[in-house]
Formats: sequence, C-alpha cells, structure tokens
Amino acid sequence: MTYILLRHRDIPGINRLDVYEKNGGFQAWKNAVAKMKPEAVTEVVKNSGLRGRGGAGFPTGMKWQFIDNKNWPHYVVANADESEPGTFKDREIMEQNPFQFLEGVALASYAVGAHAAYVYLRGEFWQVAKFLDEKIAEMEAAGYLGEKIFGSDYSLRIHTHLGAGAYICGEETALLESIEGKRGQPRVRPPFPPSYGLYGKPTVVNNVETLANVPLIVANGADWYKSFGTADSAGVKIFSLSGHVKKPGNYELPFGKTFRHLIYECGGGLIDDRPIKAIMPAGASSSFIVADDKALDTPMEYAAVRTLGADLGSASVIVIDNTVNIEWVISKTIHFFKHESCGKCTPCREGTYWMWNLANHMDKQVKQHDVDLVYSVAKQMQGKCLCALGEFSTMAVTTGIERFPEDFGK
Amino acid sequence: MSLAEQHPKEVEQILAKYPPEQKRSAVMPLLHLAQLQEGFVSHHAVQEIASLTDATETEVASIIAFYTLYHDQPGGRIRIQVCNDLPCALRGADKFLTDLCDKLGIQPGGTTPDGLVTVEAVMCLAACDKAPVFQTQRPGGIEYHENMTVEKTMELIEGFKNEEAKS
Repeated sequence: MTYILLRHRDIPGINRLDVYEKNGGFQAWKNAVAKMKPEAVTEVVKNSGLRGRGGAGFPTGMKWQFIDNKNWPHYVVANADESEPGTFKDREIMEQNPFQFLEGVALASYAVGAHAAYVYLRGEFWQVAKFLDEKIAEMEAAGYLGEKIFGSDYSLRIHTHLGAGAYICGEETALLESIEGKRGQPRVRPPFPPSYGLYGKPTVVNNVETLANVPLIVANGADWYKSFGTADSAGVKIFSLSGHVKKPGNYELPFGKTFRHLIYECGGGLIDDRPIKAIMPAGASSSFIVADDKALDTPMEYAAVRTLGADLGSASVIVIDNTVNIEWVISKTIHFFKHESCGKCTPCREGTYWMWNLANHMDKQVKQHDVDLVYSVAKQMQGKCLCALGEFSTMAVTTGIERFPEDFGK
Repeated sequence: MSLAEQHPKEVEQILAKYPPEQKRSAVMPLLHLAQLQEGFVSHHAVQEIASLTDATETEVASIIAFYTLYHDQPGGRIRIQVCNDLPCALRGADKFLTDLCDKLGIQPGGTTPDGLVTVEAVMCLAACDKAPVFQTQRPGGIEYHENMTVEKTMELIEGFKNEEAKS
C-alpha cells in the first residue's frame, strides 16, 4: 500500500528537509499562503471528513470554524502528549515524518489566523522535542516559517513545550493550563478552547496524527481523502497494536478493516497461537470487547465499534489472550487512573482511590461484596466527573465485570 | 551559580518562546533546565525560577509536586524508570521489573547503596510495542531503552559506571 501518514516506510529519509521537499513537501503550504484564503483551507479539511485522531473523533474542520474571530490573537496547539496506555503512534510520526506534521501545524495556523503555534510534548519525549526544534529551525532557515512567509503578510512561529509526566495533560484544557505554567488540571467547559483557550484567547488544539493528515488533504482535495475509509469514518488511521500479538506495532489502515485483519494479518496472530479473549480498542480507557467472531469481523470505524459497546478512541488496540484474568487487567487500569487523576474533582479523585483499594483487596481474595462495591463505585462516578479521565477510568471496570463475570467469581 | 549565569542563552531562548506578559509559561522549561544540571530541582533553583517568571515560590513548588518527572530530592545518579502499565505488563514488564530489582538487591523505588541507580515503576511511556521498556533520567537528559532484558540493563549500568569513572 501507499502510506499517507507513515510515509517514511515508503520514502526513506523523509525526515530530512531535502527529501521531504523532493516528495511534494510544503507544496500545499506554499499554495495555501500564496493562493488560498484561510477559510478555503478550513473548507477543504471540513469537506474531507477528517475527525480528531486523539480519541474524541470530533470533526476537525468544524473545530476550526468554531474559532472566535472577534477575539485576537489566535493560537494553534498540537497535542503531542501521547500518554494513553497502548498508544505510540504520534512519536513515530514526529520522529520519522516530522515535516508533514509541522506542515499540518502551519496549515492549521494559517486557516485560523494564528501567528504562534505550540507543540505540547509529554516530558518523556525530551529527545523528540530536541529533534523537532532542529526541524523547526530548518524550516525557518528555508523561509517556511518566520516573518512574511513567501512574501505574503502572514507570519508564523512554531515552538515546542515539554510537559513533565502527567496523563491528564492530554485533556486539552489541562494541556493549556500546563503551557501557562500551571498544574495540569482541566478547566470547566464551556467555554471551549476555540473561544477561550491559551491565555484566554481562541485556540485550536489538534492531535499530532490529525495534523499530519492535513497537508495531503489540502494538496489532493477532500474527495481524494474520502476515497479512503468508510462513509462514517473517512480516511486512514494509525492503529497502535500491542499486547499478546506476534508483531506489535503501528499499522496504518483505511477505516473499515476488521479487527481480525489487524490482529491476524498485520499482527501475525497471537503469541504461541493462543486463543484470543478480549480486545481493548482504545487503550486503558477502553471498554472490553469480547473477542468472538462477530467482534473480530467488525469493521474498525467509529460507528461500527460503537455497536460492540465500545469506542474506537485513539485506536490503541490492546490484545489479551485467554491466559489472562480480566480482574488483573482492571487492577492495572485502575492503578493507572488512580495515579493520573489530577485531584481537581471529587468523583474522580475519590472514586479512583476507592476503586484502587477495592481492586487491591480483590487481588488477594475475591469477595463478591468487593466486586459489587467496585462496580457500584464505578457506576456512581459515570457522568459526574469534570473531564473524560474519570469517565474513562470506569469503562474497563464496568464492562469487565459485565462481560467477563466468570473472572470475578460470578 | 544561578541558572541565568550558567545558561544565559538557554534562559533567554526559553523566555522568548512565550508572550512577554506570560512569563509563567517558562516555569516548566526552566525546571527541566535546572534539573538537567543536578538531577533534581534545588530550593535555590525554585527561588530563581520564581523570580524569573513572576511566580511565587509556592507556585513553582506546586508544579514540581504535580508532575512526576520533576524531583525535589536527589535520587540515584541514574533513575531507571520502567513502564509496567497494562500493555507492557502483557509482555513481561512486571517480571522484568522484579528481576532487575532482585539483581540489584533493591525494591522498586529504592536506590543501590552506592547511590548510583534508582529503579522506579512509571506509567505508560508510549512504547508499548517495544516492552520491556524504560527511560533513564539523569543529569544530561532522558533516554528511552526499548526491548530490554535484565542482562542488557546490567551492561548499560556498567557503561554508566565506566563513564563516571572516566569523568
């Protein structure tokens, strides 16, 4: 296949400026600044059907249209916090195909009239940030960034900003707080970032993978992009495949391929060919999918995955074989969320803490009362937390107990 | 010596990234810079960063406490931070962590008696396809080490020891 996002697999050295330029790099950027109105860029992206790849799946062009044009300046922020257990796609894009991502940042900035953009990377990506700084400097030296780009009136600077180890900063308003030099705790919404974002100014926050799609969409048009994927989910997606598969890794596929295709064709099947038990399609935030034939033959697109009682999210597909007890899996996910809860809202702070206590207890001696109690805590948290983290922390718990009752002594 | 005296160029570059009236945005990058020197953020650095960014010392200290990569106490000269979250655990990370600690004669979170190595369990490092994986945090920066074994890790530690002996 020809890659759209992981193009370094087709074109060695595309993380070098000359190689990227030789392969059509920055043509969309030049064309947009020279010939397109900002609204026209947004229009193409909107018509392409591109949806946010960080997990929420919100239509990207629509997000850009929400930017408040009565309040200036505007900002664009690329979310490179990539911290969901099971997700490891943005790092590959930034390390191997960085210019395509940065061209996407530039196009988004032009579309919404931002003159400054920040790439927020998780602190662990310290070396990736240094690498991107070099690439940004190369773009400035070549005249792709800076003052009066290509002789136009448009100016743009891109900066990296390193986090320091906090999953919650992947939540867009927590991320903005973090850039402002504060604890990464989510804001009460509304207002949403397109009206009240960084420094209280209108801001678009997009995931790295989302932005990496943009240059090729602007270059080739909305119809070209929609020719990949399904009517519900246009285009391609990087699926991060992990857990009990022979060949874990990132696989770029058009939406609509089945779980079976990903796990058995791409991933080579399960280690030692053991039977598959469960799939978590959206990392630790995921509901469990019972991996029966119906599930395995379900196309991986936003709508179809929902019919299985789960969300595709960031498409971080964790595969679990039949040697694993689901009770152990939820003790792992609960521990994660308890550690990462920011403490701002009570249902999440207390709920994750009590789920963790109960899960530890269950680990030693499964008692029906504890199972019922942890289930009840999870249910009571749902719909009451300030941001999605609290909600996500309950998904594996409730669906684990409901869909694998035998693992909980039921 | 202060950060501004030791790294004037870096401090200036960091402050220039943000609007002049938003100095507080520089707190996190300045903390990273301070930590690169000593492996932890000293109280002296907290005071200086507060004054550079028009923040209070309490505000700067609260950032250190909130984010797990910052340390306000010295640990081992190398921190080995092993991910044992779900995807890594499915590929043997828990056993790797236990075996490594046994080999070093410490508990997770502990430091070897010579003060060289601290081993800690950390949350997902976004390298789930390359488990067991850890990052090393030490003065000079953060590095990923992927598809690791206890043997390879012990060789790495030996390498650190030799590096230290030379310098």
